[in-house]
Amino acid sequence: MYQFINTVLNGITSGAIFSLMAIALVLVWRSTRVINFAQSGMALLSTYIGFECIQRLHSFWIALPLSMIAGAFFAALVDTFFMRVLFRRTADGPISGVAPIIATLGLLGLIRSSLGMIVGNSDASIRPPVSNVGFTVSGHTLAFSPLKLMTLSMVIALMLGLTLVFQRTNLGLALRASAYAPEIARLAGVRVDAIRTIGWALAGAAGAAAGMLQTPNGNGALAPDSLEFNLLLVFGFIAAVIGGLESLVGAVVGGLVLGLFLAFIQYYVSGSLVFIAAFCILIIVLLLKPKGLLGSKAGRRA
Amino acid sequence: MSTPSALLAVENLSVDFGGLHALSRVFLELRHQEVVGVIGPNGAGKTTLFNALCGLVAPSSGELTLDGKGHEWPKPDQLVDFGIARTLQGVALFPDLTVVENVMIGAHKFAQSGFISAAFGLSKDESKLRERAMLALERVYATGIAHRRADTLSYPDTKRVSIARALVTEPRILMLDEPAGGLGAEDIAWMNGLIHNLKLQCSVLLVEHHMDVVMSVCDRLYVLNFGEVIASGVAEKVRRDPAVIAAYLGAGVP
Repeated sequence: MYQFINTVLNGITSGAIFSLMAIALVLVWRSTRVINFAQSGMALLSTYIGFECIQRLHSFWIALPLSMIAGAFFAALVDTFFMRVLFRRTADGPISGVAPIIATLGLLGLIRSSLGMIVGNSDASIRPPVSNVGFTVSGHTLAFSPLKLMTLSMVIALMLGLTLVFQRTNLGLALRASAYAPEIARLAGVRVDAIRTIGWALAGAAGAAAGMLQTPNGNGALAPDSLEFNLLLVFGFIAAVIGGLESLVGAVVGGLVLGLFLAFIQYYVSGSLVFIAAFCILIIVLLLKPKGLLGSKAGRRA
Repeated sequence: MSTPSALLAVENLSVDFGGLHALSRVFLELRHQEVVGVIGPNGAGKTTLFNALCGLVAPSSGELTLDGKGHEWPKPDQLVDFGIARTLQGVALFPDLTVVENVMIGAHKFAQSGFISAAFGLSKDESKLRERAMLALERVYATGIAHRRADTLSYPDTKRVSIARALVTEPRILMLDEPAGGLGAEDIAWMNGLIHNLKLQCSVLLVEHHMDVVMSVCDRLYVLNFGEVIASGVAEKVRRDPAVIAAYLGAGVP
């Protein structure tokens, strides 16, 4: 029984981080129809900035928002000076649809190798800001720790914040309108280019938060060729696709489904099957519900 | 050749799609509080003319004058600043948003606050925009459906809402793309009445197939055929123009 509860709680926590990454990917996909493979690189860069902030300011709680701001700023720069130019240049060409996606792969390599040149092999790590020793319930120690609780609460808080922006503000309305029908939004006077950049910035911040929260939950180490961030991208992408790629709610659901599924595979089947299992669930969902779990009309809300 | 009182004037407008001349040397003039219709057979270039005016299509040549001053061809998102609003052929509402949200999108330009305060919901914009949107809906008698999702509306209702979305920008020039298209007789009568009323507040430029509507609401007409203006002037006069009858109106209309 405790094993089961452990598995569920761990699944939800890792799923919540996948959700954050999935949200980042969905935000960019909805606003520009690009799968941003550089998202993990951007998250890595932001997490390094977060690490530097921790070194200087000795507080994870200050470093987290700073790294998110840095992530947002960097993503906005990428969109304004790179993606927008690329879109214009390739607009009528034969590869107009895929060129920006391929470009994000290039950007990923660029970020990683530049980081490698700047930080080299120096040890960088983010220690858990709160205890990672599991809570004890009537003599049993759970795998669920204050760190996991903090991670989960942070993700929930960020998601609530994002939901408020999308549902309650004029900016959110413009973001939704630009995503559904850019031409109509433009005719209504919405500066769609600027709104898209804001979409990228929000994605950059979400990716940064995912990196900052994932790192202390893993082994804490940061490296330019971090496998952890590669997995974050892959799992975030799978979660986004499971959720239908269009909806933020879908991204959250996709993340949780994936997190829980992988946790159960890890505990009850085998830890070495996790990676394969992730792709299996992707294929199964795509075969059964090609538009994702929430790909129906209702799923496109929020 | 544009008169000083013209609100909007277009001269020598040409649009080419590859080798196809969609529009050649088209001219058009819209004065204050005037309803001007653009008519012509299918493929004559009516919608292309609208799209060029809205910046959705890049003209290969042509001059645009607003308020007697020469002007660059606008980008779509600048139209609102020029006081121009447009409805689109077909539905073109955001299906997932409610009616009032759809209209609020049009009121976007009135949002004063910056990104940060908007993000934290600190501004009062939201309620102001909502008020404006409700007023616009009132003008098309659609306040009753304000909170329904756009994809649950009947077709005539979506037409009202798209006009409300254009009106909420408080345009000086309202461009209507087939306002009566797909409507039944009763709704057409209603639309006629609405356009008559709109004339008191702004100038209207419309593309329309229904000759009844065109003849009852338009002060002046431009007739397009194969991308060229073949006739223009007061509606009654244009209707009797032999070139127009030959090209478009046919024997069916006396």
